[in-house]
Amino acid sequence: MKTLMGYIAGLLFGLGVGISGMTDPSRVLGFLDIAGAWDPTLMFVLGGAVVTNFIGYRLTFRRAGPIYGKAFQLPGRQDLDGRLIGGSVLFGIGWGLSGYCPGPALASVGGLTAPLAAMLIAMSAGWFLARAIPGRR
Amino acid sequence: MDWNSSLQGLAGGMLIGLSATWLMATLGRIAGISGIIGGLITTRPKGDSAWRLTFLLGLISGPLVLMLLGGGQGNVAGSGVDVTGQVIGEPAGGVALMLVAGLLVGLGTGVGSGCTSGHGVCGLARLSTRSMVATLSFLVAGIITVYVVRHLIGGGA
Repeated sequence: MKTLMGYIAGLLFGLGVGISGMTDPSRVLGFLDIAGAWDPTLMFVLGGAVVTNFIGYRLTFRRAGPIYGKAFQLPGRQDLDGRLIGGSVLFGIGWGLSGYCPGPALASVGGLTAPLAAMLIAMSAGWFLARAIPGRR
Repeated sequence: MDWNSSLQGLAGGMLIGLSATWLMATLGRIAGISGIIGGLITTRPKGDSAWRLTFLLGLISGPLVLMLLGGGQGNVAGSGVDVTGQVIGEPAGGVALMLVAGLLVGLGTGVGSGCTSGHGVCGLARLSTRSMVATLSFLVAGIITVYVVRHLIGGGA
C-alpha cells in the first residue's frame, strides 16, 4: 500500500510540473530573468503549491499520524548554518545555469535528450559528493 | 502578461501542493524530490526504498500521461522535445553546461538538505525559518546567475 501511495504522490507531482510548464527550462529561466522578458509562471506555480499544501498540512496535522506510517517525519532543526545557505546558493547557481531543479529534471525523462541525461547523471554524482562533505547531521 | 500560462501554472502548482499533502497524510513524509530520490540513489535505505522508487515512476509518468492525452495540457513556451512537442521543453544548453549545472544542483541540494520542493513547497507551507532562508538563497543565486549569463556575458542560455 505504501508503494501505491508513493506512486500516486509522484503521479500528482509529475502531472503538476507538466501542466504548469515547469518541465520547460525556458519558463524557469524566464522567471529568474528579472531584467529580461519576465515570465511570471513559476510564481503562480510556487504560490499555488504552497497555499494548497499549507491548507493540506493544517488538515493533515489534526491527525495523530499518517495513515500508512508510524509518525509524521518532520525536520526538527531551527538553526541556520553555512551548509544550508552555501548548499542552497550552489543549487541556485546550477538552477540558473540549466533551468532544471531536481523534480522537473526527473519528470522530463519522457522527453530525454543528451543534455538532460548529462544533467541527471551529474546531479546524481552531486548527491553522492554531498555525502562526502563533512559536517552532516 | 500571459494569463493562460499563469493559470496553468496555478493549476499545476495546486496539483504539486496536493501531492505534498498526500505524501504527508499517507506516509508522513516531506515531498522533497532531492531528499526522496537523492536518498534512494545514494543509500537505498532498507524497507524505505520501494515507495521512493514508485514515487519516481509516478513523477516520470505524469508528463507521459499528458503526452498520451495529446499534449494539449502541456505548457512549454517554445517547441517541446517530446512526441507531442507541448509537454517537455528543450534543454537550455549542451551536455557540458548540463554536467556543470547538474553537479551544482546535486551537490547544493544534498548539502543544503533540500530543493524547490522540499524547502519551497513543503518548508514554506510549514513556515520553517530554515526553508525560508534556503528558498531565498537559491532564488537570489538563480536570479544573479541568469543575470550574469544573459546580460553580462550575453551568450549561453
